[in-house]
Amino acid sequence: MAVIKSASAAPNRRRGDTRVALAFVAPAMLGYLVFLVWPTLRGVYLSFTSFDLLSEEKWTGLDNYRRLVNDPVFWDSLGVTLQYVMINIGVQTVAALLIAVLMHRLTRSTVVRGIVLAPYLVSNVVAGIVWLWILDTQLGVGNEVIEWLGFDRIAFFGDASWAIPTIALVNVWRHVGYTALLIFAGLQSISPTVYEAGRVDGASEWRMFRSITVPLLRPVLSLVLIITVVGSFQVFDTVSVTTDGKPANATNVLQLYVYDLAFDRLQFGYASAISVALMLVLTVITVMQYRLMRAGRSDLG
Amino acid sequence: MTATMTHAETGGGPEAREKPDGGRRERRPLSWGRVLAWVAMGVITLLTLFPFYWMLRTALSTNTALAQAPASPLPVDFSFGGFLRVFGLQSTEEALAEGGAGGSLDFWRYLANSVLVATLVTVCQMLFASMAAYAFARLRWRGRDAAFGFLLGGLMIPAVFTLLPNFVLIKEAGLVDSLFGITMPMVFMTMPFAVFFLRQFFLGISHEVEEAALIDGAGRVRVFFQLVLPMSTAPIATLSILTYITAWNEYFWPLMVSYSGSSRVLTVALSIFRAQTPQTGTDWAGLMAATFVAALPMVVLFALLAKRIVNSIGFSGIK
Repeated sequence: MAVIKSASAAPNRRRGDTRVALAFVAPAMLGYLVFLVWPTLRGVYLSFTSFDLLSEEKWTGLDNYRRLVNDPVFWDSLGVTLQYVMINIGVQTVAALLIAVLMHRLTRSTVVRGIVLAPYLVSNVVAGIVWLWILDTQLGVGNEVIEWLGFDRIAFFGDASWAIPTIALVNVWRHVGYTALLIFAGLQSISPTVYEAGRVDGASEWRMFRSITVPLLRPVLSLVLIITVVGSFQVFDTVSVTTDGKPANATNVLQLYVYDLAFDRLQFGYASAISVALMLVLTVITVMQYRLMRAGRSDLG
Repeated sequence: MTATMTHAETGGGPEAREKPDGGRRERRPLSWGRVLAWVAMGVITLLTLFPFYWMLRTALSTNTALAQAPASPLPVDFSFGGFLRVFGLQSTEEALAEGGAGGSLDFWRYLANSVLVATLVTVCQMLFASMAAYAFARLRWRGRDAAFGFLLGGLMIPAVFTLLPNFVLIKEAGLVDSLFGITMPMVFMTMPFAVFFLRQFFLGISHEVEEAALIDGAGRVRVFFQLVLPMSTAPIATLSILTYITAWNEYFWPLMVSYSGSSRVLTVALSIFRAQTPQTGTDWAGLMAATFVAALPMVVLFALLAKRIVNSIGFSGIK
């Protein structure tokens, strides 16, 4: 009886399904269109205009892009950002891998994993301010220790050559635990029998790391790299609260330049052009990394 | 994930199970390598936790006394002055005497704003995302796959790119400097991921329970709210926590939109506090008290839910 009833009700239900489905999808889809799709299209459009927010935008064709190519501040800013990304990603990936492997070999404790993740819970703003204090030239405990070790005090945030590495490392402090846990999850998916076999064959820990862990972890590592590199290029918060681009333009990362152009100089058109340029760079990097990831699905698997 | 977790808990392999005491130790002698690894882990733990301790140590010091003992591991001239200043409970004279800026801070308000924004963002995003995810996972309707693909395209857009045009939009809508204007775009910025994540989960729920309820005459809406949602508390809780942390820590977007105290959230308030330097030098005790206040809710949340958060990182994969 029930079967017959449900069979005859099927076409009805499908029609009902469509109504419910549209109602269910509507809020998410509408918000997606208004706050993601439309702004994206508009951002691209604004990059071809001159727009100061107060009057109508004027179409200026490729002017903004011509200006961008000849803008030394932009190229400087790109250079600073690249330097930041290289230090940030380089140190973070190595450190996260190290922490993940240590956790994997030493302990399953949730407490240890919790501690490692703790900095991720505070904002970049908090992380920036706390390290600004710890590394303060006069009163920072970091510099007290450096002096105690017999070195000269370092103006970590005030010196043009130290500022970017310092900010990069502050952000490593905040994000390394998160990255380590992603890698850790990847490690857990490697079957322990592989290691058992390695041990039976008399392989050392280092040998097993090189010949088992790294090759089997490659897909996870590539994915982690895509996420972290794309995030790293968008650095803003930490710079904004610590150096705000100074000294001179030594820490003027791209997002800071965009913010400055838009909100201090009201050049929304040109700021959008730089945003588009950054987005293109990120897209190219993502596509390249996806390719590499697919090419090296894993050497043993 | 459950599979890997159970595996993780049983750990040591067959030998360990046969000889619970000592079997494991015999198999892995305490070598120099292992000692070295533990030392490295200890150093990492110290580096991770030290800034939190230093935040509290400085917050509980008297600002003017900090210069006397910059490396003292304990608070210098213990005082709650920093916290009092942050919550505007100190008179201007007192504040100036202790090296504060003297300007009034209204951290209760910023705290309330942050709680409101993060809560609204999380609740709305979870509700809308789970409804959409259910429609994509379980309902049959024309254009479903195309719509889902279109939504996934949003994963390719870096959030930062949408901020500037979103600001223009919010400005045109007259919502600048309002909590509503801050919240709305944030609800949708990470929506595609949330939908994708929850759809994966809904796809795995058995059809039979739903069919039974449908045959009993329940509508799809009721099935979703009274059956599917209660069955999905685990992934929704996981995602909620991550969304809440992200919303709480967001700085760039609120910085663009908020101009006055009425819509100021903690992250923005902190950077403003940091920028006001009193003549006597930065009020580090007050500033550290403020960062501590901003960090505390997440630390408490974490203490309560550590296990879930930690396990969710590998589970959600990307966020």
